[in-house]
Amino acid sequence: MTVTSPADPRAIAPSEPMVDALDIAANPPRRALALHRELDAVWRDEPGWRGFFTSVNHGTIGLRFMVTAFVFFAIGGVLAMLIRAQLATQQGAFLDLDLYNQIFTMHGTIMMFLFAIPMLEGLALWLLPKILGARDMAFPRLSALGYWCYFFGGSVIVLSLVFGVAPDDGWFMYTPLSDRTHSPGVNADVWLLGVTFVEISAIAAAIEITVTILRCRAGGMALTRMPLMGWYLLGTAVMMLVGFPPLILGSILLEVQRAFDWPFFEVARGGDPLLWQHLFWLFGHPEVYIIFLPAAGALSTIIPILSRTTILGYGAIVAAVAGLVFLSFGLWVHHMFTVGIPHMALAFFSAASALVAVPTAIQIFAWIGTMWMGQVQFRLPMLYIMGFFATFVMGGLTGVMLAMVPFNWQAHDTHFVVAHLHYVLIGGFVFPMLAAVSYWMPLICGRWRVRGLGEAAFWLILIGFHGTFFLMHLTGLLGMPRRIAIYPANPEWEWLNLISSIFGMVMAAGFALFAFDVVMQWLFGRRSWRNPWRAPTLDWAMPLPAPSYNFASLPGPRHSDATALLPLARGEGLLPGAPRGWRETLVVEPGSGKPDHVAVLAHSTLLPLQTSAAIGSFFAAMLSGFYWLAPVGILLTIWAGWKWGDIMGTDRDHPPAQVAPGLALPLHFQRRNTLARTGTLALLLADGTLYASLMFGVGFLTVVAPNWPAPESGIATLPNLLAALVALGAMALGLVASFRAETTRTTPMGATWAMVGLGTGVLALAALAVLAYGLDDPTRHARDALRGVVLGFAVFHGVVASLLALRSLADHRQGRVSAARVGASPIWQLFQLFWLGTSAASFILILAQEVLT
Amino acid sequence: MLPVPLLAACDGPLSTLEPSGPAARDVAILWWAMLAGSTLITLMVGAMLVLAIRNKGGRASERHWIWGWGLGFTLSVLTVLVGFSLWLGERMLARADDALEVSAHAAQWEWRFIQPGPDGQPVATLDTLYVPAGTSFDVVITSEDVIHSFWVPQLGGKMDAIPGHVNRHRLRADAPGVYEGLCAEFCGIGHNFMRFTVIAYDPALPMPDMSEAMAPFADNQAEMLP
Repeated sequence: MTVTSPADPRAIAPSEPMVDALDIAANPPRRALALHRELDAVWRDEPGWRGFFTSVNHGTIGLRFMVTAFVFFAIGGVLAMLIRAQLATQQGAFLDLDLYNQIFTMHGTIMMFLFAIPMLEGLALWLLPKILGARDMAFPRLSALGYWCYFFGGSVIVLSLVFGVAPDDGWFMYTPLSDRTHSPGVNADVWLLGVTFVEISAIAAAIEITVTILRCRAGGMALTRMPLMGWYLLGTAVMMLVGFPPLILGSILLEVQRAFDWPFFEVARGGDPLLWQHLFWLFGHPEVYIIFLPAAGALSTIIPILSRTTILGYGAIVAAVAGLVFLSFGLWVHHMFTVGIPHMALAFFSAASALVAVPTAIQIFAWIGTMWMGQVQFRLPMLYIMGFFATFVMGGLTGVMLAMVPFNWQAHDTHFVVAHLHYVLIGGFVFPMLAAVSYWMPLICGRWRVRGLGEAAFWLILIGFHGTFFLMHLTGLLGMPRRIAIYPANPEWEWLNLISSIFGMVMAAGFALFAFDVVMQWLFGRRSWRNPWRAPTLDWAMPLPAPSYNFASLPGPRHSDATALLPLARGEGLLPGAPRGWRETLVVEPGSGKPDHVAVLAHSTLLPLQTSAAIGSFFAAMLSGFYWLAPVGILLTIWAGWKWGDIMGTDRDHPPAQVAPGLALPLHFQRRNTLARTGTLALLLADGTLYASLMFGVGFLTVVAPNWPAPESGIATLPNLLAALVALGAMALGLVASFRAETTRTTPMGATWAMVGLGTGVLALAALAVLAYGLDDPTRHARDALRGVVLGFAVFHGVVASLLALRSLADHRQGRVSAARVGASPIWQLFQLFWLGTSAASFILILAQEVLT
Repeated sequence: MLPVPLLAACDGPLSTLEPSGPAARDVAILWWAMLAGSTLITLMVGAMLVLAIRNKGGRASERHWIWGWGLGFTLSVLTVLVGFSLWLGERMLARADDALEVSAHAAQWEWRFIQPGPDGQPVATLDTLYVPAGTSFDVVITSEDVIHSFWVPQLGGKMDAIPGHVNRHRLRADAPGVYEGLCAEFCGIGHNFMRFTVIAYDPALPMPDMSEAMAPFADNQAEMLP
């Protein structure tokens, strides 16, 4: 039996002290102010407007994500108030039906894609380096790129409402309602293209979060001892890497169907609308846990600190997070209990959906046990945590109810579900986020809050919330379906709706007061003293507000918690100052946290903004229907991507960086296993999931869709077979070349092998072009359309792999490689292998289709 | 005195809490049972929270909180609930017996039904379905265009109408009467008004007059009835 005593000072994790594993001597102390000036000159954003556009600093970008998300939250909230105003009375002649459909679609879309996900991304970007003991995220330019994609995509989605062409098919966009026949306008394209554009930021953030947690922790911080927030966000990021690709694939397929008439979801030509539902909910259910996990991470961080104790059951909570990540991918079908799937299959998903309550319950009881163990201080964040308990527990229980198949058959698509999902999302995400904001505000702005306002806002939100949604369960059980604007024949629903509408306005007033309170704190709060919550975690081991570089010297085994604030500021930690005038942070081994090398991170640059504008030009061409312009956007994106590589690497060997007395580590240019390589692996995990989703689509349509088998195919010709074999052979040769280019990099053969790689890439792409010419008409049948997509997938990766071969060639020409420096070829190898592997799998698949029919 | 207005609040032509058939009644029983259990659990967690806050420091064991409550308690409750629900669900399924079959074909934004008429011949109707009371019947559900969902709350759960798919849904009305139905899946601008009525008639009496609701047969609809 494990018993943790309340007086335990080790709040990060219940384990032995870290110094045992690794001893690194302290650097000599220096003047903190001089160190601050040296670092701030390197890390701060450029002054004025230019700084706004060029910033890549995680502090700036993370806050900007959160502020933007809150603006979108306000817009989504206004839409919610319009919905409540419309439903307050039976006849609600306030909005017309078309506008009402746009408004509820946009409310859901904004809250999910433009508020919840970006809010958690912003929190992660802003918080992670601080709580893990790093100076920035692993890929600062990627943070900025994600932000601009989010900003542009989100703006287009919201502006469509102003022009009256907002999406109006529901936030779930079910086909056939969302296809060209039933939604001829641009509305559905706004959703598909806008959301996909925004999702670039989700994938970017997921890669960054994964790599930062695995490799940018404080020296000596073993994975098994990192703050729980790290585990929660690692779970979140992995779920995003695996959860978003099905949605991105579905959106691409549906947009291609709308734009070019390829019939993936059209029954008459071998498609099936249920494929969309599977792809959407394969994303959509994990999405709920993607939103919940960071919020639960905030709770697991704040509850022990405000209870003056340590968390109960660190290991059990990590196991619960892992369980949630795993289980959440096995329950998407509970959104589809009424589509006619056999009951025994539903039983599996019903049990899985109920089972997911177990890891959640483990956390709830761990939090209550933690409070039992400690002494709860009723500060403002704790109030919001009470709001979480009062709301989320009920939301979880109604969730279990909805997981029961027979009850789901009645409650599905009624206001019972509306009530449930708001209990879960506001209880499980918004209340914890409000707790998090009020908890970390002193670190954000360096100020303490104004008395009284925060409490008033809390009570307004809590009372408003339950007043709006508690009785809505009954509204649903009385039969009121979702997504209707008037109910003239059902007076029995009116009093319930009126109550919901009145309290909805109370809740809105509460959120407005919350925002007002935050602004007041920022402007007029008194200066906060350091570490006001007396927290042990590293995010408080810095002066307030957090400086641009976070730590003047980095935490390590000797300085592993917030008590090291002053020694770190005096440069006694690792890698003090910015002696080379570069932005540097420590990179560690993923498991042990042993320092491995020093990463030189990007400075302020316009490149992320330019890149997102280039990607945006492609989306704009697609959205406006000028499809012939889309290739220009692709070329611009390739050009911008090429520029990213230009400022990576270096043309000379650098001496090792002095991290601590007796510890000198190489810069990342002289390491093979860099952050970029780990990031590429994370990207390929998402990419592989996209491919697996595509294969799922092929399998699903083959087995389930009504109009199969497909008509006779004309692709089984000798020239096509030869072209496919040439393509695969060239890819395999390219793979050999990518490895040889690295091993022979110090000789002239290195450049030759890179050129061979480029040549094989071009040859393989030419062979793929021959195959494209020999394809059956992809508008004829879903099988042919999917083959077109499979081929497009191979072409896309061929272009990327060939560009990386070209980059390796440039590395050799520009002297960016040496015995110590490997250049871009390790990344090229990974992409080349992925290209070959997926293409070979596609070839076998199509061969099997041809042979078996 | 309190239960009277509360129960009255549960009435309504679309209320799942005023069941008139076996499927809806089973779900209503499940609901009241789950409501009672959930209320107890909510109160219990609330009480634990209050005690934990009032407790000024003490020892806490993982075995008690995490293995006992988090895992043991939760799993036991869920196992019982899932088992009971699956048993209920199995009872509601359409099975291969010679139950009466009617067709419901959804289109934007109307319901076309085919059911046996007075002389035993199939009759096509618009937005009104005629079935005998006290007998189980299977609704064979199809769609013309987009996804719709067939729902008569007082008789039972809903079942989607999906293009290219044929779904089967078993229902029964215990007593003669008029039961309101609606499309539960958002299907476009007319979704709001895609309502229908199920008239359960007394099989011992002469059949009701269907002429008011009669409509021409929709293309292919009759073929979808097996």
